[in-house]
Amino acid sequence: MEVAEVEAEVEKKATATRSRLIVRLAALLVSHSTLVSVVCCLAGLIALLVLPLLAKNTYISENALLPGSANPVLSYQHVTQANNLIMDIMSIADDKQAPDIEIPKLIAKYMEILGAETYHHKFSQPQNQFHPLYFFSSSPNSPPTLANLSYGTSTVGIIRAPRGDGKEAIVLVSPYNTQNAGGIDASASASSIGLAFSVFSLLSRATWLAKDIIWVASDSRFGDHTSVSAWLNDYHNPNFIGDASSTRIFKRAGTMACGIVFKVVEKERREKYEDRDVVTLYAEASNGQMPNLDLLNVVHYLAVHRQGIRVRIGMFGGLVKSHLVRVLGEVMQQVGRFARSLNPDWRFEMPSSEYVEGTATLASSIYSQALGVPTGPHGAFRDYQVDAVTLELSPRFSLKNEHTRLAFLLKGGRLIEGTVRSVNNLLEKFHQSFFLYFLTAPNKFVSVGVYMIPFAFLVAPLPIIAASLFNLTSNRNPWRWLHTAKPLLITHTWSVVVTLLPFYISKISDLPSTHCMLTWAGGSLMALVILYIVFGSPYSKHVEWRLLKAVMIASVSIGLCLMSIINFATAQIGALFVVPMCLFALPIRVKTNNSLIRSMVMTCNLVMAVLGFPVTAVALMQGVIKGFGTVSILEFWDSMKFLWGWNSATYLYLVLVHLPCWLLFLHILFHPCR
Amino acid sequence: MGLFKSVNQLGAWGHFKILGPIIIYASVLSVFPLGSSLWFLDGERFTSGPLTGGGVMASHTFLSLLLFYLYSFHLLRPIYCSFGSNGFETTSVPKEEEFSEELLLKPLPDYKVLAHFHFTSISPPSSSNGKHHHLFPKSIAQLVKKYKIRELELSFTQGRWNYDRWGASDPLSTANGKPPGVELWALFDIPTKEEIDATWRNLTHSLSGLFCASINFLESSTSYSAPLWGFLPNNGDLRYGALPREAVCTENLTPWLKLLPCRDKAGIASLLDRPSIYRGHYHSQRLKLRSDGLNGIVIEQTLSVVLQPIDRTSWSMHQLFKKSLTGKCALAKSSKVFLEIERSLVSQNENILELVGEADMVTNDQRDHSTIYQYNVERYSEHEALDIRVNWKKLLQVSFLQAPLHASRFLMGSGNERGSIAISLQSARNSTKGLYDNSKNCFTRVVILQVVPWYVKVYYHTLRIYVDGAIRDAKDVVEKINVTPSEDKVSPGTLEMMLQFPCGMMSAALILDFDKGFLHIDEYPPDANQGFDIPSALVSFPDFISRRIYPDSISSPLLQSYKGRNIVKSYTEVLLVPLTTPDFSMPYNVITFTCTVLALYFGSMVNVLRRRVSEEERLAKSKDKRKPGLIPLLISKISNKVRGIKEDSANQSQSSEPILGPKVVFKVVLIALIAVLGHYFFNSS
Repeated sequence: MEVAEVEAEVEKKATATRSRLIVRLAALLVSHSTLVSVVCCLAGLIALLVLPLLAKNTYISENALLPGSANPVLSYQHVTQANNLIMDIMSIADDKQAPDIEIPKLIAKYMEILGAETYHHKFSQPQNQFHPLYFFSSSPNSPPTLANLSYGTSTVGIIRAPRGDGKEAIVLVSPYNTQNAGGIDASASASSIGLAFSVFSLLSRATWLAKDIIWVASDSRFGDHTSVSAWLNDYHNPNFIGDASSTRIFKRAGTMACGIVFKVVEKERREKYEDRDVVTLYAEASNGQMPNLDLLNVVHYLAVHRQGIRVRIGMFGGLVKSHLVRVLGEVMQQVGRFARSLNPDWRFEMPSSEYVEGTATLASSIYSQALGVPTGPHGAFRDYQVDAVTLELSPRFSLKNEHTRLAFLLKGGRLIEGTVRSVNNLLEKFHQSFFLYFLTAPNKFVSVGVYMIPFAFLVAPLPIIAASLFNLTSNRNPWRWLHTAKPLLITHTWSVVVTLLPFYISKISDLPSTHCMLTWAGGSLMALVILYIVFGSPYSKHVEWRLLKAVMIASVSIGLCLMSIINFATAQIGALFVVPMCLFALPIRVKTNNSLIRSMVMTCNLVMAVLGFPVTAVALMQGVIKGFGTVSILEFWDSMKFLWGWNSATYLYLVLVHLPCWLLFLHILFHPCR
Repeated sequence: MGLFKSVNQLGAWGHFKILGPIIIYASVLSVFPLGSSLWFLDGERFTSGPLTGGGVMASHTFLSLLLFYLYSFHLLRPIYCSFGSNGFETTSVPKEEEFSEELLLKPLPDYKVLAHFHFTSISPPSSSNGKHHHLFPKSIAQLVKKYKIRELELSFTQGRWNYDRWGASDPLSTANGKPPGVELWALFDIPTKEEIDATWRNLTHSLSGLFCASINFLESSTSYSAPLWGFLPNNGDLRYGALPREAVCTENLTPWLKLLPCRDKAGIASLLDRPSIYRGHYHSQRLKLRSDGLNGIVIEQTLSVVLQPIDRTSWSMHQLFKKSLTGKCALAKSSKVFLEIERSLVSQNENILELVGEADMVTNDQRDHSTIYQYNVERYSEHEALDIRVNWKKLLQVSFLQAPLHASRFLMGSGNERGSIAISLQSARNSTKGLYDNSKNCFTRVVILQVVPWYVKVYYHTLRIYVDGAIRDAKDVVEKINVTPSEDKVSPGTLEMMLQFPCGMMSAALILDFDKGFLHIDEYPPDANQGFDIPSALVSFPDFISRRIYPDSISSPLLQSYKGRNIVKSYTEVLLVPLTTPDFSMPYNVITFTCTVLALYFGSMVNVLRRRVSEEERLAKSKDKRKPGLIPLLISKISNKVRGIKEDSANQSQSSEPILGPKVVFKVVLIALIAVLGHYFFNSS
């Protein structure tokens, strides 16, 4: 490196002694690329760790929402009516032979008493088809085939706003499971319906409504998400061909303003004693999309400040117990304390416990966004550009007791009433607050302007390194990088083949997932060999390893930047893996003076060659988050299946950006260095 | 516009009272133009002339004027008579202006009550008494005269008419169902298209001033259309426009009431208690006028409200309106209250309904669809107010007469790029069994009028028609079609379509694809970004006539209008299209960003253009001998320090050692350390 830098210095002096300042600065950066990259990467890591400290408190940005400005009017009368419904559902679940037919009928009957327009929506389980390039179009429009499959029945009721013009609607979704109607959480499942009914009965008499209210009592026998997404698909893209009776009865209520999904979950054994009812918010939709922060703020404000319900969001419990994070927390606390003692205005001191919790929550937030898989039925709404959130309410006391159930329904109902009222106040679309954010606590967020900094730091050295490597090559032809186009082309062609292979594998038959995995791996290997035979060896005479590395870094930085636009969190986590690979890549056969540094770099390289392989990288990621006991490399096929089932762009990132990067890394590692 | 407003505020009737004698005098003068300077009424403008003219008038002797006046009437009498005998309907053309007020109450199946106020003013052909009116609102007469209006209807509506429950094919619901917001249409008696457009623009402004509403937004050619037969068959002299977002409130009601001779001070209009009527579930206030040379001008002012009684099983007029009806408007020719009970509500059991209060007359219509109870208001006084009370003994869930097809409209697709409009027609066969037979030659005709703003770019060739779950060729279904494609920023797209469906059809759907356009920055409305509205489509059924014929013994303009051949029609919902909207609240960011980019771009451009290569090289050569600048020197110094490379060039070390020697660095670090410690010490103490 030393020699190269001197060379560059000389070259710089020779050609651009008196060039402009900006060029000279760039040249300076390039000539000190090692230093710059080390500093930038460290800064990126530190910035990532400091993110919980930089989180701001949330605030309600849209004044028109006016949360909590009206007193809730949901009364015991509504709740007792709802309780009757719950009792009826429970008795049907216990007695009747076919609860999946009787319960929707019962709900529809109750809705009709309130004067709502009702209908049943039938849907079947969608086939989990592989659409490698479908992640942009979230609604594959396949006609439902109800004939031979079992189907679920959602019950839908619509209240027309008395003086409204019917242009907009608020959707309430309460999932319940008819298959498991007599099961353990039957009372909780019925309570979700009861909760929805109490709010619905209040709204059916409300004179202040400006938007229509749609209540979807969705049948969650195929999962919560399936029923909601099937209903939304029929709402937005109805199928007019074939049996017209289902489209005939389908009723609509204008453009959706907001979706609120809520379900009651009774925790069997709590880890610790809860002194309050708890509502857990789920907000992440597909490909890292989030609902407007105002929607979460409204729910949080009403829950905490009006109803006294504790608000939770997803958090990785493993990280809270992790010693590393605790030590980091202590360090941060000390640093904050020291900074504050230097200048009392620097108030970024944070108790270490708070930091630990913030980190665990932030990690969960980043991970759920990076996975690109919605965390609940609200994800289906986001596919149609509707802001939605899932509230999971868990009561403090058992729901079996009627008194505690009534009190719980009253509290939860008032929370939903308040939220509906706020959204109803809104004259325009949600636009005021943030759409791009991570949460570090229910009332703390990191906005896009802040969380982009670590990523920027991580990606910034890549072009500089590429430029410096390009300068260091012995060939002086400005078009010399074209020689490396062939290995790059081979790698990327291969990655496209690997992307598409599962489509054909999944078509074969019902192979067990390990077989599929092996077929995929074998097919990929074969494809690589064929490509080499067709195009010839990647190590031709002109391909210097520095040139190859420069081109690899350039292609990776383009891939990362593209991914950061599609799903930022994926790019963020990906950068943590890919950037070290790009920086450290060094052929085994290269000769250097300092043997200590060389051996260290080589060790790092070998470790990264193993860990950077997408399969192990995914396993590592899951291990860090969920604990290593549960992770198995052979489950890779299943986790990939999961990703493409949700049309997640993370799959594309893994195979089209990460995998070629890893392969090029191996190419460099085994470069002959002639 | 302002003039009309002022006239309106003073009130036509008030004017007449105050200025009555003067106006009579003026009419004399205008009938016999003497060429004098006493013209103070110039046809359209009612200037402040009367008062100044009064001074001039004083010079004449009053007696001679009176004689003149009497003589003029004597001369004109034969003309009046000839007019009367030549009239088309001699009974309906009164010699004098007439006003009648009526109220129709109708219980609806979902325990709500429809209150339909109906006020009719008739003005005989204007030549009978010149430009002067006793009862008729002068502002309207002036409007009709100036803009040569043959027919006009203006409606202000809030809420939606529930076609499913409140009926769709009886005359009342056909007339009552109006789209939310403002709807205005007018037929003009003007030959050329350009003149009609110009007149329409003026008309919208006049009405805007008259009714305190933003009807003037209909002035722009992008907001109104000229359907040829989809709305009403015409020769291109019809203009139709709708403003779905217009809010309706008392400020629109007050000017409307001022057109009535008694306003809301007496008579049936005194029931209009603002809080009660605006609490209703549906509120539609209309003004309809017809004018021709034979019948003069007829205004129908109607107000329909659907109210929810507090006690669902028993209500009375007093409970509904919080006011009592104590007598008729003294100027009204007739003042009646009707209670219409649909047959389907009572047919099962006569005892289900109990009426308190004795009706003056009870009749059924010819087909026995409904029963009318008539109450004459003049019988009642302050001591004995008219208060109709209805008690339900049992609550029934029935629905009123439905239209043959129930129409609804919705948007398909999502995203900001494209979408589709779907109009779905559902057979309401259960309720109109008698109208159908399943023979092959039976067809139902449906006319659809759809006006779409230009920024929703509809591709009319994508029209797809599905009948009972199968796609049908447009040729087989469409009988007649008239498409006026939209022109960007000039005119909206209009689709008029006559379709023929087999009678046995259960459901049909029409799909039209569209692209969402981009608006210029100043075309965005200043209000909140909710999205953009597509006005209601009108679906009418020309084969179905809604009429109810009552015996002639009831003379009532309201029931008379029931006899007309009204086509059954229904309006669909208003649609909300979200368009791409820039975040206008962030111009600052945009400006900063653009300015930075521009500055960088122009800076480097100017730099490149200004520079001369040969001169540059010469300068570089001469500069090589001189010292380098301070900043580059510092940077190279620091970088060298960091990298630990010893400086080898002698000339650099000579010049830089005094500036950045190790001593200097040490001193700087020391001072900084002292400063930090001092700060820490002072703050902690």
